Amino acid sequence: MSTDGFDIDRPWQVDPRVSVRPEPFGALLYHFGTRRLSFLKNQRVLAVVRSLADHPSARAACAAAGVPDAELPVYARALAVLADSHMISERTV
Amino acid sequence: MTVTPDIAAQVKLTDLFQLGLDAPICLTWELTYACNLSCVHCLSSSGRRDPRELSTAECKAVIDTLERMQVFYVNIGGGEPTVRPDFWELVDYATAHHVGVKFSTNGVKLDAAAAARLAASDYVDVQISLDGATAAVNDAVRGPGSYATALRAMSHLADAGFRGFKVSVVMTRQNIPQLDSFKEIADRYGAQLRLTRLRPSGRGADVWHDLHPLPEQQRVLYDWLVAHGEQVLTGDSFFHLSAYGSALPGLNLCGAGRVVCLIDPVGDVYACPFAIHPEFLAGNVRDAGGFGAVWKTSPLFVSLRTPDTGGVCRSCGFYDSCRGGCMAAKFFTGLPLDGPDPECVQGHGSAALASVSGATPKPSVDHSHRTVPVTIARRRPPSKDCDENPLAGFTA
Amino acid sequence: MPEQVEQQVEETEALSTDELLVEEVSIDGMCGVY
Repeated sequence: MSTDGFDIDRPWQVDPRVSVRPEPFGALLYHFGTRRLSFLKNQRVLAVVRSLADHPSARAACAAAGVPDAELPVYARALAVLADSHMISERTV
Repeated sequence: MTVTPDIAAQVKLTDLFQLGLDAPICLTWELTYACNLSCVHCLSSSGRRDPRELSTAECKAVIDTLERMQVFYVNIGGGEPTVRPDFWELVDYATAHHVGVKFSTNGVKLDAAAAARLAASDYVDVQISLDGATAAVNDAVRGPGSYATALRAMSHLADAGFRGFKVSVVMTRQNIPQLDSFKEIADRYGAQLRLTRLRPSGRGADVWHDLHPLPEQQRVLYDWLVAHGEQVLTGDSFFHLSAYGSALPGLNLCGAGRVVCLIDPVGDVYACPFAIHPEFLAGNVRDAGGFGAVWKTSPLFVSLRTPDTGGVCRSCGFYDSCRGGCMAAKFFTGLPLDGPDPECVQGHGSAALASVSGATPKPSVDHSHRTVPVTIARRRPPSKDCDENPLAGFTA
Repeated sequence: MPEQVEQQVEETEALSTDELLVEEVSIDGMCGVY
């Protein structure tokens, strides 16, 4: 599955220049390089993002976080947005 | 107010921010009231160091707190922050403790060595203050030689390979005609232009009626900002202009006490740097519980985080765009906080100003130099703080 | 409610939920800092 160039079957990680701050509603992500702020709107998408580096693909991270199949496109779109703003980046391994 | 996950899915980012967060996203930290300049509009009435300023150790304790709270970055200013002998030590301490730094400076100490040091760090950003695209316009506000100092600092940064530092301009009646020239200066040095709003705060109260943009100039500024989009930063300080039409880039809301605040040189915590007055004082970092307790529990901040009803502005069709404008601008021009901004683009502000009678609120602190060369009469006597020379030990 | 606001509400309701899991803004975009 690909959304605007985002490949859910590739391995991803939170960019090393990003600070993840959990919040009651989800999380804030701040990128020290781009100075942009991203706002994650629920706990599950935060769990997915934080676990990206532990899984061979973003799809696997979504599954492990309990994302229902029907909602996968919604989460893929969220990850695509984060990839586009460099909050998450592809892992080389 | 705690926002639960159920609510979050329905609210927008701006709504969430208005309700406040458990920690600021970023904040302004004025490190010292000392300054080598005496800008006529200085929002913090700076000039002379205050003998009660936070020590190096106290500053580091604040940084530790900010790290714990995961405040993403601090905007360090003053006065002129680089005149503190421990300035670099504190910048290094902050970045080593995961707190990003952007510091505002007039450039006086930004020599080639400083520029090289800054260019080597990913976590420190610099903002050079400039209020005129020519020395004539700039120095009338910031003092003789200040234009040259600023440009010298910019060329050091450019030579050191620091791309994307900020050139920050306070927009005035005199410099609005220079918008294109400011852009050219920023481009010339590989910097990003930032335009901000003049507020009647600090010494700004003395000169606001003479310096604030005229109504037709606000329209010029708005159109120029729309044309330049996200290339030009504003610190979201022109959200009152959103009532002209489509909103400018940014959150278009007041973050004071909700997502941002000010820590002043003596540790006082205010809602924002434009509101240095007892009315907007939330506490002090030296209080029990430190900055964290002030942010989370101060009655002032709790009250700022309750949803805004809009007051008399509610009936205006543009309220959702402009949110009633700037709290500090209203306060220091004597307007009620639940009414229009003094520069309301619909004209409601000037109507309200006409019926302001009596004295307007005065800043609670004044660290101005005692021998300020002024062309506009001072309204109030200098404070009685002891006269520490802020430049002791400094050689140009 | 004013027409302008009504229009905004309609536009929000027309968005699918996948637009709302992530929102972004430049950190320069909040008033109250230098």
